[in-house]
Amino acid sequence: MKTFVYIDHFKGEVQPASWEALGVAKSFGSASAVIFGSGLDALTKTAFEFGADEVLLADDSALTDYRAEAFASTLSALASSRTPDLILFPTTARTRELAAMTAIDLNTGVLVDVTALSLEGDKFIATRPIYEGKLLEKTVCSGKPVIATLRARAFPRPAQDASKSGGATKVETKINSLTTVEGYTVAEAVVNLGDAGVIVSGGRGVSNNPSLTPPAGLDEKQAELWRAQQGFKLVGELASVLGGAVGASRAAVDGGYIPYSHQVGQTGKVVTPDLYIACGISGAIQHLVGMRNAKLVVAINKDADAPIFKQARYGVVGDLFAIVPALTEAFKKKLGKQA
Amino acid sequence: MKIIACIKQVPDSEAKVKAENGQVSWGDAPLVINPFDEYAVEGALQQKEASGGTVTALCIGPESAKEALKHALAMGADDAVLVSDPALTSLDTVGAARLLAAAINKIGGADMVVFGRQTLDDGSGITAAQTARVLGWPMLGLAGQIKVADGSASSPQGIQVERVIEEGRQIVSAKLPAVISVVQSIGEPRYPSFMGIRKASKAVIPVWPLSDIGLSAPAPITSRLELVTPPSRNVTCEIITGESPAEIADKLADKILAEKVL
Ligand SMILES: Cc1cc2nc3c(=O)[nH]c(=O)nc-3n(C[C@H](O)[C@H](O)[C@H](O)COP(=O)(O)OP(=O)(O)OC[C@H]3O[C@@H](n4cnc5c(N)ncnc54)[C@H](O)[C@@H]3O)c2cc1C
Ligand SMILES: Nc1ncnc2c1ncn2[C@@H]1O[C@H](COP(=O)(O)O)[C@@H](O)[C@H]1O
Repeated sequence: MKTFVYIDHFKGEVQPASWEALGVAKSFGSASAVIFGSGLDALTKTAFEFGADEVLLADDSALTDYRAEAFASTLSALASSRTPDLILFPTTARTRELAAMTAIDLNTGVLVDVTALSLEGDKFIATRPIYEGKLLEKTVCSGKPVIATLRARAFPRPAQDASKSGGATKVETKINSLTTVEGYTVAEAVVNLGDAGVIVSGGRGVSNNPSLTPPAGLDEKQAELWRAQQGFKLVGELASVLGGAVGASRAAVDGGYIPYSHQVGQTGKVVTPDLYIACGISGAIQHLVGMRNAKLVVAINKDADAPIFKQARYGVVGDLFAIVPALTEAFKKKLGKQA
Repeated sequence: MKIIACIKQVPDSEAKVKAENGQVSWGDAPLVINPFDEYAVEGALQQKEASGGTVTALCIGPESAKEALKHALAMGADDAVLVSDPALTSLDTVGAARLLAAAINKIGGADMVVFGRQTLDDGSGITAAQTARVLGWPMLGLAGQIKVADGSASSPQGIQVERVIEEGRQIVSAKLPAVISVVQSIGEPRYPSFMGIRKASKAVIPVWPLSDIGLSAPAPITSRLELVTPPSRNVTCEIITGESPAEIADKLADKILAEKVL
């Protein structure tokens, strides 16, 4: 089987699930890494290191910024001429669009956010969560090529072999410019929850520390935000000791404590870390659907009856403002000792 | 400004969804407008308020989906269309996109078609981009903010959106007509007003069979072989206690380290 693997990146920074997709492709036969952008020589080398048999590179200043139409047209033209059996993507906001449009161009279908993929005879059978993960479906695509996006962390990441390298095959770009990228607002830091092995999340509880006295002159809402900042600082410190990312409940996002890109749950991100620590989060169903497939869930909440404890393996009934910093200290000691 | 909001009807997110004889069952849980599509209706109404015009809610689904359309009407949509046909037994996203594109054309086109981010049931999050591709219109996905720039008779109106992406926010512009999908940052969906509910309850929603939009039922390209109930995870929570936060933290850290997840 011949597989294209689309290497998704933002200004050269790769979504690591792209390499996981490359590993899946290799298990079926040959894997061609497809890379679009400009100035991406280093990325070509990395693709070979992760096991690509060839690299198909469209390097063009017109592709500096991702634009769905231009990228999809370039990919469709490439797939039409080289006829892969399968095109794999890591599931990201960009690749959902790209896979969607490429499927229309090639008159085939897309299997989105796949968590298992097998080849039976000449058919790819994909497993994917539906109804917010309440069910799984096994699905096939009768079109050719089969297009699938793979959920981050659902497949093993291949080992990187620094001795590998190779030259890229140049690909022609199809500039189809229906949209113009005007720029970015860079106020927010990059949050990569989908790929995180550890997530420490804060909820409405992070603003609930009456004993903290905010600076004078703040009104009630400002004082709440100030308290939430202190709370999220503690959450962030624990995340950083564990090498993890910071998540949030919707109540925390709606409260203005933290940007939307951190939100876990139905209207936020679905995440599958190895460790998820929920601090001051009650555990509403819309939050649980976003994190219940984490390997290990730990909950810290004042309220012993909070539903989050039903999802958690370990729990602490207590004040997060006391427990979280203590946990950070404990890990500092223990992880420091181990190293 | 002519605006269309595409909405679907889905089982409520609190529903206990199960596999029963190979079919999805949600018992007697209520069917509701897909929560993401409430944001689509909200985004559409905001644009109507900013630029004038009309909002039409569009849905492909069974007769019961009229209730979801009525919710959109109650929120303030001007009219609604249901595409429904007994021949539509299984519809994949490509099929849905082709039908939506045909229905949009039959409505008489639009300046802007607004989608939700994804459905709660299938959850693919790709129908908007596929519809845009079928129509040949620009796709502005995951918009947290929409701005329409003034146009003149000779030059079409332009649109600019702030896309909420993993890496922050990307500002993208295009000419109308365009397809947009929206996320939560667009603003909380408004509650139906009393007047809106009254209007919606009296509304007669036109139902278009496939023959009306000039298509036959699209053959699904992706199809389900099997439904699987995910292995249930029986977690019992062990509550860690101790004399002081430091002692609790110490015990908890040991437990976590013993699980070898770090
Ligand atoms: C359509 C729809 C979509 C939604 N999507 C999402 C989504 O994507 N993600 C999401 O998270 N929610 C979502 N929600 C909202 C969800 O229903 C809940 O309202 C939300 O998750 C509650 O957030 P929370 O747990 O932080 O706040 P709360 O429910 O208010 O819980 C706060 C918790 O903090 C505890 N606490 C307070 N102070 C402390 C302290 N000092 N120390 C320790 N614990 C403390 C309290 O005991 C309480 O359990 C959605 C809702 C709807 C209707
Ligand atoms: N049957 C349908 N009728 C109308 N709109 C739909 C339908 N299915 C999907 N959509 C729209 O497409 C979006 C994405 O759907 P999906 O790709 O299935 O996740 C939804 O949020 C709706 O706006």
